[in-house]
Amino acid sequence: MKEVVQLDDKLKRDIILEHYQSPFHKGLVEGDNYIKVNSLNASCVDNIFVSALIENGIIMDARFEGDACAICTSATSVMIKTLIGKTLEEAKVIVQNFDNMINEKEYDADVLGELNVYDTVYRQPNRKTCALLPFKAMKDIMAKVENNNLTD
Amino acid sequence: MNREDFPILDSGIIYFDNGATTMKPKSVIDSVVDYYSNYTANAHRGDYDSSLKVDEEYEKVRTKVRNLINASRDEEIIYTSGTTESLNMVVFGYMKKVLKEGDEVLLTKSEHASNLLPWMVLQEEIGIVIKYIPLDDNYCLTIDNVKGMISSRTKVISIAHITNVIGDVRNIEEIGKICSEHNILLVVDAAQSIGHIKVDVQAANIAFLGFSAHKMLGPTGIGVLYGRYDLLQELEPLKFGGGMNAFFEEDSRYELKEIPWKFEAGTQNIAGVIGMGKAIDYIQNIGLEKIHEYELKLKKFAVSKLSEIPNIIIYNKDTPSGILTFNIDKVFSQDTAVFLNRFGISIRSGNHCAKILKDEIGITNTCRASFYLYNNEEEIMKLAAVLKRQDEIYDNIV
Ligand SMILES: Cc1ncc(COP(=O)(O)O)c(C=O)c1O
Repeated sequence: MKEVVQLDDKLKRDIILEHYQSPFHKGLVEGDNYIKVNSLNASCVDNIFVSALIENGIIMDARFEGDACAICTSATSVMIKTLIGKTLEEAKVIVQNFDNMINEKEYDADVLGELNVYDTVYRQPNRKTCALLPFKAMKDIMAKVENNNLTD
Repeated sequence: MNREDFPILDSGIIYFDNGATTMKPKSVIDSVVDYYSNYTANAHRGDYDSSLKVDEEYEKVRTKVRNLINASRDEEIIYTSGTTESLNMVVFGYMKKVLKEGDEVLLTKSEHASNLLPWMVLQEEIGIVIKYIPLDDNYCLTIDNVKGMISSRTKVISIAHITNVIGDVRNIEEIGKICSEHNILLVVDAAQSIGHIKVDVQAANIAFLGFSAHKMLGPTGIGVLYGRYDLLQELEPLKFGGGMNAFFEEDSRYELKEIPWKFEAGTQNIAGVIGMGKAIDYIQNIGLEKIHEYELKLKKFAVSKLSEIPNIIIYNKDTPSGILTFNIDKVFSQDTAVFLNRFGISIRSGNHCAKILKDEIGITNTCRASFYLYNNEEEIMKLAAVLKRQDEIYDNIV
């Protein structure tokens, strides 16, 4: 039987806050090879930039910058930490499962690792877009890479 | 004051987002229900009793609006869907026709999107030049700064009477005087001032003015464009169809109705107009001076209460309106808003559709509590009490 990741709420909150207060890879680096996209919340509050360095189908590095709430900032941080080193294929699976988790669809908790701390965000419908914002940026970045490969 | 007139307040909510929209008194709600329940009909088609009544009610409200803003005649009042539509009509129905490449339009960086984007589009379309009048250290507009920006090419000054983030009350009478001396058209966005403070379009020499009923106790989807009568002669309708034409023929000859009906194409928001009329009655019964004084009292009280709390930054302590803009130091505005919502307090966070004001304040997002006549000191005490518990914020929101 598959073991379900169960974190208590206090621990989840601590992880989220840790990532909010000391975000991982906050601050963009200059580099021509980085692909940078902007992701805005339609309710016009959160505004982040995510950039990623993708080589040979692997996410070598990712960083972000911007003004955003605790959920959005921390989710960006956790996402980046989770995705670095993954192949695009693996990343896509993670992004899709995270999306499913937030939108209350069936998902595989095993692939999400630390991202499981957001498994109760669905209870606050107005925060869903905050959690999903960095993932939207990552999807855009991956789509750009694939389009480039097609046109190369 | 008058809380008992607002059924929604029975739920116990503390609503401090009046800059976005206001609650509706029972008299407004009832008037809309009455129209739908008892005399639904279209306007200007009156062959039967209910339609005649609709016509009368619809036109009566024009006079009420005229009195509210002291226009010189009923025909200067055009019903629109709100401030946004009104300002778009001014820019694309009038300014596009009369302005030329290189003509200067003066705006400020604290304007709402609806008083910026249309001008930006016009700039792109015909090459007008947008200039921003600098704001002072408190993000307010001074008369000297207005004067300093006027050149021989200045044709229009388009500004909010009260700004929606800082609550700066512009001295439009003085600015109107300057405009008439320099042959400049003054366009006023009265979205935040109507129903809060006296507006007199003649005293301020206003060319065009727009407002929305929903921000002054009325229904959504209805508002007004005021235009000085001589200018309305040159205003082009942006919509064509039924209700606004006098005749049209197979050979494409047509004639439009008179002002103001030529600007009201298609079936209008009749329920909205009727509700707006009741909102005006309600406000006039209390009196704008009393409302304004009360808002100032609430704001002063809020400033004093919030100033006592550590880590609260207030951006507009002194502006004389019911708008209070603040942040908890180092806390993202949306997180504060979500936290307050946990305690049933509604405030707005974000950039409040004034996206370029950040260039001036140096901060993109703020919390805004905007007060209206039905708010009271007790509610403000609750706001202060929750803000004092700021240490608990993340336990509550993540
Ligand atoms: C200063 C100002 N102008 C214009 C508007 C636009 O009003 P509406 O959305 O009703 O057209 C608003 C509303 O937020 C406002 O605050």
